[in-house]
Amino acid sequence: MTLDFTPAARPAPLARRVLAHATTEAGLILRNGEQALLAVVIPVAVLVAGRFFGDRLGLGFQDTAPSVLALAMWSSCLTTLAIATGFERRYNVLERMAATPLGKPGILLGKGLGIAMITVGQVVVLVAIAAGLGWRPVPSAPAFAVAAVTSLLAMGAFAGLALTISGSLRPEATLALANLMYLAGMPLGILLPVARFPEWAQPLVAALPTGALGGSLRAAAHGVALGWPVAVTALWCAGTLTLAWKVFKWTS
Amino acid sequence: MPWRRYAGSVPLLDARDLTLSFGTLRALDGLTLAADAGRITTLLGPNGAGKTTFIRCCTGLATPDDGTLTLFGSEPGSPDVLARIGLMPQSTGAWSGITAARLLRYLSKLYADPQPVDALIDLLGIGPYAATPYRRLSGGQQQTVNLAGALVGRPDLVFLDEPSAGLDPRSRRATWDVIRRVRDAGVAVLLTTHDMHEAEALADSVHIVDRGRVTAEGTVADLTVGGSLEDAFLHHTTGDRP
Repeated sequence: MTLDFTPAARPAPLARRVLAHATTEAGLILRNGEQALLAVVIPVAVLVAGRFFGDRLGLGFQDTAPSVLALAMWSSCLTTLAIATGFERRYNVLERMAATPLGKPGILLGKGLGIAMITVGQVVVLVAIAAGLGWRPVPSAPAFAVAAVTSLLAMGAFAGLALTISGSLRPEATLALANLMYLAGMPLGILLPVARFPEWAQPLVAALPTGALGGSLRAAAHGVALGWPVAVTALWCAGTLTLAWKVFKWTS
Repeated sequence: MPWRRYAGSVPLLDARDLTLSFGTLRALDGLTLAADAGRITTLLGPNGAGKTTFIRCCTGLATPDDGTLTLFGSEPGSPDVLARIGLMPQSTGAWSGITAARLLRYLSKLYADPQPVDALIDLLGIGPYAATPYRRLSGGQQQTVNLAGALVGRPDLVFLDEPSAGLDPRSRRATWDVIRRVRDAGVAVLLTTHDMHEAEALADSVHIVDRGRVTAEGTVADLTVGGSLEDAFLHHTTGDRP
């Protein structure tokens, strides 16, 4: 077949471009063994451990299951996104893609959609496993709706942190810091409820997006809709995404 | 023919007196050049001359401190411009785990009328390693995949940043043939290199760039009146010398 190189460049529709990027990036992340470990194996292991040993630590399974959902969001939207983006800068992927019809906004939309697709997949799998292990959340539409909004805002906040780190540090430093933050965030409200902290520390942990997300999901599992986590995660979401936009460098 | 849209007084790519500093480093220092459809415009310069920085300005990733830069009469990085350019980066430019075929299919989905990916793979000889992850490709194979990626959207203007670096002689000749075909089809080609043979083989016009500015320009014939192109290069560049 003879190729015709006569110029005929036209962009595909925006939705198709963003979806192409999102599915490509999500597929690559899931094929990466280390990322799959963070995305699936660790949360499932924590879930199973919580089912059989949680009571000994004072964490009932009714609270462990939503905590693990928060952990999945924390790992994907912070650690996975930060590491993937850091190495995209190193390998000039962002520079390459920024010179296509996708452009910078399309790259960010695609990355956001890709990581959201992974996270939703994680949540579906974890909810199914948790249900199989005996988790029975109290059905409440308002609690579910508020928890869903809080989750979206928290994911945005985590993504903002991820892009701030990966867009300003070297990939090796991003790798180290993102993993450190993942480990630090686990007790700070993701797996450990705010109420388990000393009284003086509770407002601090509650003001973190990790504390707000964990608190919202655990409350929703008991049929309770909490308002304060919405405000906390909204502030963090706006703040971290604004910071990321200011400090993010597209080239390394 | 589509490229005749640009025949006239305004070049397709028009850069005038561009300056850009990174701290104390002056990456661009009054760079002026133009590129037109159906021509291979070559930037010939040593490492660190500002060639890649200039391309980053054209793709909207860097913003000049001063001067004017337009592509198709529009600002660099605007949606209209991004849809009509192709970029072959100097190195890597792809996820380490993606296969060549998957990368090209992904890029093709960004365009409404892309080149048929399978035909592009055949033309550039990518087939034998189309299913190999990018990180396992040789430098030359990566360059070939990057060239395919730059052409898949059928661009009006293509930036080729050292396109034959790392290629063996046979692959280099094949790459040059493709670049000539692209030029003959009416695409504006802006090519950076520090390879004299590549400039002699391909360039319709040569701009010797040193320390962020064009120090000499003309056709290869113009620049080789008093000696070889390498002589002209050495005469008009300083490299790392103070």
